[in-house]
Amino acid sequence: MSSTHSLDIKRRSATTTPSPSERETHSGEVAKLIDVSKCIGCKACQTACMEWNDLRDEVGTLAAGVYDNPTDLTADSWTVMRFTEYENEATGNLEWLIRKDGCMHCDDPGCLKACPSPGAILQYSNGIVDFQQENCVGCGYCVTGCPFNIPRISKKDHKAYKCTLCSDRVAVGREPACVKTCPTGAIQFGTKEAMKDHAAHRIQDLNRRGYDKAGLYDPPGVGGTHVMYVLHHADKPSLYKGLPDDPKISPMVSLWKGVAKPLALAALGAAAVGSFFHYVTKGPHDVPAELEREEERNEQRLEQQMLDEEDAK
Amino acid sequence: MTNHWVDIKNADVILIMGGNAAEAHPCGFKWVTEAKEHNNAHFMVVDPRFNRSASVADFYAPIRSGSDIVFLGAVINYLLTNNKIHHEYVRNYTDFTYIVKEDFAFDEGIFAGYDPEKRTYDKSSWDYELDADGYVTVDATLEHPRCVYQWLKRHYASYTPEKVESICGTPKAKFLHVCEQLASTAESGRVATILYALGWTQHTTGAQILRTGAMIQLLLGNIGVAGGGMNALRGHSNIQGLTDLGILSASLPGYLSLPNEGEQDYQKYIDARTPKAMRPGQMNYWSNTPKFHVSLMKAWYGPAATAENNWAFNYLPKLDRQYDMLQVFDLMNQGKINGYIAQGFNPLAALANSNNVRKGLSKLKFLVIMDPLVTETSEFWKNHGEFNDVDSATIQTEVFRLPTTCFAEEDGAVVSSSRVLQWHWKAAEPPGEAKTDIAIMSALHLRLKAAYAKDGGKFADPIANLYWPYAQAAHPTSEEVAKEYNGRALVDLFDPKDPTKLIRKAGEQLGGFGEMRDDGTTLGGCWVWSGCWTSSGNQMARRDNSDPTGIGNTLNWAWAWPANRRVLYNRASCDLQGKAFDPNRKLVEWNGKAWAGADVPDIAVTMDPATVGPFIMNPEGVARFFARKGMNEGPFPTHYEAFDNPLGYNPMYPKNKLAVINPAARVLESTKGTDGTAAEYPHVGTTYRLTEHFHYWTKHVQLNNIVQPEQFVEIGEALAQELGIATGQQVKVSSKRGFVKAAAVVTKRLKAMQIEGKTVHHVGIPIHWGFSSTGRKGYMANNLTASIGDGNSNTPESKTFLVKVEKA
Repeated sequence: MSSTHSLDIKRRSATTTPSPSERETHSGEVAKLIDVSKCIGCKACQTACMEWNDLRDEVGTLAAGVYDNPTDLTADSWTVMRFTEYENEATGNLEWLIRKDGCMHCDDPGCLKACPSPGAILQYSNGIVDFQQENCVGCGYCVTGCPFNIPRISKKDHKAYKCTLCSDRVAVGREPACVKTCPTGAIQFGTKEAMKDHAAHRIQDLNRRGYDKAGLYDPPGVGGTHVMYVLHHADKPSLYKGLPDDPKISPMVSLWKGVAKPLALAALGAAAVGSFFHYVTKGPHDVPAELEREEERNEQRLEQQMLDEEDAK
Repeated sequence: MTNHWVDIKNADVILIMGGNAAEAHPCGFKWVTEAKEHNNAHFMVVDPRFNRSASVADFYAPIRSGSDIVFLGAVINYLLTNNKIHHEYVRNYTDFTYIVKEDFAFDEGIFAGYDPEKRTYDKSSWDYELDADGYVTVDATLEHPRCVYQWLKRHYASYTPEKVESICGTPKAKFLHVCEQLASTAESGRVATILYALGWTQHTTGAQILRTGAMIQLLLGNIGVAGGGMNALRGHSNIQGLTDLGILSASLPGYLSLPNEGEQDYQKYIDARTPKAMRPGQMNYWSNTPKFHVSLMKAWYGPAATAENNWAFNYLPKLDRQYDMLQVFDLMNQGKINGYIAQGFNPLAALANSNNVRKGLSKLKFLVIMDPLVTETSEFWKNHGEFNDVDSATIQTEVFRLPTTCFAEEDGAVVSSSRVLQWHWKAAEPPGEAKTDIAIMSALHLRLKAAYAKDGGKFADPIANLYWPYAQAAHPTSEEVAKEYNGRALVDLFDPKDPTKLIRKAGEQLGGFGEMRDDGTTLGGCWVWSGCWTSSGNQMARRDNSDPTGIGNTLNWAWAWPANRRVLYNRASCDLQGKAFDPNRKLVEWNGKAWAGADVPDIAVTMDPATVGPFIMNPEGVARFFARKGMNEGPFPTHYEAFDNPLGYNPMYPKNKLAVINPAARVLESTKGTDGTAAEYPHVGTTYRLTEHFHYWTKHVQLNNIVQPEQFVEIGEALAQELGIATGQQVKVSSKRGFVKAAAVVTKRLKAMQIEGKTVHHVGIPIHWGFSSTGRKGYMANNLTASIGDGNSNTPESKTFLVKVEKA
């Protein structure tokens, strides 16, 4: 989505070419820290996101009867607030848990691993995971690959969209738009180390205030994330409307994408050319299914090949 | 605010009650989160609804809307009974020791001197006892049964935690938690702040609710200190400026007031507003009233205001009655007002009882709208189906719509809740034919002036002689007007103590209101703002945010009234020797010769701390628990039920029918009989704002509509279940005055309450919607509210009323 000229690319979807590694990120990887205990759910971050990225979602309705608006992430809403009314039985108190949802920028990104289209998903050396829509074929694998259910396929252009962590702003030394606008300082941005330090201080404060299970959400199942939460109830992330307790990349994605995909894609070469012509003549609607079938066939072929080799030994 | 936004970070205990700062003031609310994070503050919210502020609070307690004085009165009782008060402070800086007149009395909710027919009090007994010299008599032992302390104890003795539980619906343990936390700040090393907004003001007892809060802060010694105070969070970015400039109908700029019809004599008018000191040696700042008044009249009428014509006193209207909004629309309905200019005001949506407002507008001959956006008021004549069901053909009102610039399209200052005047510069050209308010009002004035000159007319002088010294008569600039507010010398001014010493040359900007004179040699349009544009230039445009002491008083950032002071009454932060009560939170201190410190001292800098009291705006030099004649319903705040009363009686004074609602509440003849009963309308409705929108403006803005797209009402799970209403379903909410239809948000955040043995449900009605919108249309929340006003401010009771809910 964004300009990448000042960001080194660490990983690139469906690519075997080695990534440049001469330059190191001496300044460290970046992270956004969302302190749920300081968030008032004002949605200024949603608005700033729409303004900076020039997005305008539909004006919805209140049919769902909740404060969450828009009610879910879309290709035009890259971040939304999720409100949960939680009766804490231990304290007898009501809690209104408000979580800003959006891409977690996993260090081990399931979307990137799942993506079959070369260069459609990048991970920069600073940790940001970014979609390059011009390379996106709209297959939706990133949706399956994401343990947080973040990417959305646009109904308009059939490409995947999500939060860029304002990679364009970060590239020129600025904080993401949501961080800039947050009135209470609930969203912080800096190096991952600095954000962990800040979180430790906040967690101490929450512990003092009786939240003895307060903690940092930086789930190891995805190698840690470049968007982290301070949670009052870090022992129960799923209280916060759908935040996975222990997110992991689907084992199928890991198997096929980690080991087999590079080989498979080589085999896919001819088929991909075929699918390109298919795309030109039939349009994008059929591509995902078509590509998926091609990939499945390739995968089966590859697995068969591997089994054959095993047998040969 | 007595204090200011940044100062909230200095608090140890924060109480938000009668407001919802996280929702309505998200940017200022940041300082609450700062106090929590860096000062380990304990943050409490008391509200009928578990709201956005409560979501990040340490503690939440529910309260029935409109019962705040029971709650706060019981806090006073708790502090007195448990001896949790700042003794040195209350003895020296309040009227604790003052003796009240012998014939002052209180019985079953009614004070001495009540006339039930006129619904007013004869306040002659509501005062201190004076000695032969005209000074208040005091009893330093506090034992005199008529001293204010003893009165206070007696008055609130019946306000108990049990009453709070029964009347407010606040569980006793939760109430006591609030008491204990507040009480912890009675010692000098700890301080509490109270933040409130329209959740306190929009009641028939609104002004008295605020007083009760202020009394708690006085008992704790929390007024005039960093991290303390009574902090009104204003609802519009410049509504503080409106109040300062005296745009309210009975006011003049700088909290001066218009004469009443009976005050035809200039000297009597001035004398009534120029008190004499009530204790020896007090500063008694209002003794300067003549200087401020004369300088104002010189600003308005220039050479036409002379000593001979009493500074054009006869040009000022003399009020035959209050002309507050409820009264004005009532007069429209009676056909007695037939033209109206709504400048930056959308009364059809913003004022209580929209149906009544619409009827009034329909009877006008002409209506002028000055606004940057299309407002409901500007389209009141247009049929919008059920949202605005009018027959346009029957309405003869001629409507003129004059598009104005918005704040970003003009230079000028905005006054924040912190009393900070901050200059801003034009960022964009206005669209189309939009003009500034100054340009429109100037053109109107010049045309009226020309019309009088040509055709003559009755009493043209106040218009013909209006002083208009601007470089371009049709286009006075914001700079010129700001300089006029500050004031300037009209002749060379010499030091009264040393006539050889020139203070200001003729034409020079004044340095502050201390230089104003009552002999017509100075001019100044708003004395409290004097100092904002001095001979050193525009102080409001300053942008140095350095904070040398770390206490948050950035004295070189913009400019605060009065005199760039950031914390009002800051002299009260020191003891009688002038030493700061809390050395870690010093604002000012007496160095043996003068007052100085991190703030501009709120006392003449050489005033001896042992003699001169810190509350210099009172002629007694101390703060009042006993309001004397200052309030219309009594010197001590007392609980009365709302106009729409869910109980039918006053549970604090159940035997007295006169004391059910505020005995001095503004009840117009046409308002009588428009109250709903609990039998017909069983639930308590309350209105409020949402963070996602700003008033009735942002329904024109796509981004705001995306994040909050459609009107809704909030009902608790218990009520929803009782009525069979599912979340998201359309419901109709009606009061005696009108109805709204909206989607239901069914929530755990509104809980049923047990009030006097009866189950009471609240229904939450966010404002923001109307029929003039580029988003989804909605109903005006004020369809539901009543034309009933507070006993002092006449503010409508929009926060408590009775409704019923049914499926739409």
